[in-house]
Amino acid sequence: MQNKNKGEPLRSDERIALLNDQVAGNGLISRRHLLGLSLAGAGGLVTSSVLAADAGLLTRPAWSMAPGRDPSEYGNPSSHAAQIKRLAPAPNAISPGTGASRTPLHLLQGTITPNSLHFERHHSGVPDIDPAQHRLVLHGMVRQPLEFSYEDLLAYPMVSRVHFLECSGNSGGNSSGASASDGSAGSIHGLLSCAEWTGVRLSTLLDEAGVAAGASWITATGADAASLGRSVPLDKALRDVIIALYQNGEPIRPEQGYPMRMFVPGWEGNVSVKWLTQIKVTDGPANFRDETSRYTELLPDGKSLQFTYPMGVKSVITSPSGQMMLTRRGLHEVTGLAWSGSGSIRRVEISADGGRTWADALIDADQRELALTRFRLPWLWEGAEAVLQSRATDSAGNVQPSRAAWVAQYSPANRYHFNGIQSWAVSAQGEVKNVYA
Amino acid sequence: MFTPDRKRVSSRFKSKALLLSLAVGGLLSVSAVMAADGPGLGKPIDESQLQGWDLIVQPDGTGLPEGSGTAAQGQAVYEQNCAACHGMKGEGSSGVPALAGGSLTTTPPLMTAGSYWPHASTLYDYVRRAMPPLAPKSLSNTEVYQVVAYVLHLHGIVERDFVLDRASLPQVKMPNSGNFIDRSQVQ
Ligand code: HEC
Repeated sequence: MQNKNKGEPLRSDERIALLNDQVAGNGLISRRHLLGLSLAGAGGLVTSSVLAADAGLLTRPAWSMAPGRDPSEYGNPSSHAAQIKRLAPAPNAISPGTGASRTPLHLLQGTITPNSLHFERHHSGVPDIDPAQHRLVLHGMVRQPLEFSYEDLLAYPMVSRVHFLECSGNSGGNSSGASASDGSAGSIHGLLSCAEWTGVRLSTLLDEAGVAAGASWITATGADAASLGRSVPLDKALRDVIIALYQNGEPIRPEQGYPMRMFVPGWEGNVSVKWLTQIKVTDGPANFRDETSRYTELLPDGKSLQFTYPMGVKSVITSPSGQMMLTRRGLHEVTGLAWSGSGSIRRVEISADGGRTWADALIDADQRELALTRFRLPWLWEGAEAVLQSRATDSAGNVQPSRAAWVAQYSPANRYHFNGIQSWAVSAQGEVKNVYA
Repeated sequence: MFTPDRKRVSSRFKSKALLLSLAVGGLLSVSAVMAADGPGLGKPIDESQLQGWDLIVQPDGTGLPEGSGTAAQGQAVYEQNCAACHGMKGEGSSGVPALAGGSLTTTPPLMTAGSYWPHASTLYDYVRRAMPPLAPKSLSNTEVYQVVAYVLHLHGIVERDFVLDRASLPQVKMPNSGNFIDRSQVQ
């Protein structure tokens, strides 16, 4: 990256004014004070070097001189934004379709993940399902077993809810790796996305079939080649689980379970069974492979936690973040995402000095339960080394733990439910790297 | 957190559903439709139609099919269908998990079906629905009993001639059973 914009020193009065508004060590600035300051003239800080470099006459670009292309049937991102892609591995030669692609969190803003960039995790590939032949069967401990077609479900009353989805193994590389691996926010934490899910409440369908006395769980399976199965306690199933048919307003994508997935808000992603074809009401969990062999957490004493469902309170700074380069000294916005499987986000704190001092970040107003929350805070970077961290607190009062505190709770073999604080080190040259701190 | 809000469903919708069900005179009882928030379009089916389709096996044996098998019979099934990936002794290979051997007390621990899984039922359930990856659900119920018996035998859990079936499988004691802490009520 280029250094030519870098090093334009702040005037000493601007610098002093900013540093008077520090809310935590190493340059974190109060947004409120900054707003007042910019009125008084410091607004030129960010743009002054740009203006100086382009002092010549402005010319009109070619696209202002001739018509652009026609409207199209299904839109695509700008060709200039074509580098914003999921981080996908090479195809799995041994078990085709098994694997994951990650959301490039560091290249996105706001809180909603575009459908094409929603993370994927499959255990036997993405089936190509003809909705006319797909069936959802609801049976087991019910008064009347029922079968629903896709058409049937489209006729049911629906709800729309914005929710995050996070794989239980998200960020696992930072939990168990002996040393911090080189990675970006997306490559480390990108098994995380957030969308508006629309569908039929499972309680509506369970009411129709009539849950029998003594039932306490549901067991659900998908129509993929692995027929992936998961169990969910009945009280949760009746509370807020939906049979999702739409994702951000369009039919859910094949990677997300087209034509339908069970969406279980706030819980580890694997329980939101894709390509849903079976819900069997039972009096106990099935103990599927993905709730025994996998998605259980080994503890230091050899015991394991099973059916750990809600995702822990967590946050990650998406900019500046791993593999980025700060090419300019001066004001930057530190921004990132926070979420919790136990409610909404009440508070996010940011540190620029490795956790010695903390300042409250600003949280965008559109916070929701069990959804991503965007946070931001101005940061004055003058070329000193820094370690950026964020720490979230949720509406239930849970506070995101340090990495060390998280690691101490589990066997080193456990990579699930990692929600330790992420540290990004910034070097004097402006290089940003994943570190353990 | 969210609670199902029945009040939000308009009574117009419910009465429409009711009329509809009366009009088509379907198999659904009127009370079933009235209890639901939706139009009541579910088609009644019989549990017997799900034989061979419902593959869920619970730890108490619910869902296990007829048939039986021993490790002695399962060796050939395993060597033909599984060993290329999972190894002759279940030791695994690059990108493929080990099925037998291993221990939770080594550093790092080696979690296999033998050393880690709490229930033998999970082996039956998973192998029948998902293995081998290129031809899932291609083994017969009997072959699944045989190959599961062989995997258990590779870890020393059952003898070579132990007969695995609907009655005996839930009785198989897995070495690590009892070491799982149920967190399902922490929601
Ligand atoms: C083409 C290679 C291949 C073949 C053949 C194969 N497997 Fe697998 N097996 C895998 C892979 C890869 C996984 C991991 C799948 C995943 O994680 O989603 C796996 C997972 C498993 C697991 C779960 C292991 C765990 O720790 O969770 C069991 C049990 C299993 N296989 C048994 C069998 C049996 C029995 C056969 C023969 C009938 C078989 N496999 C054939 C590749 C194979």
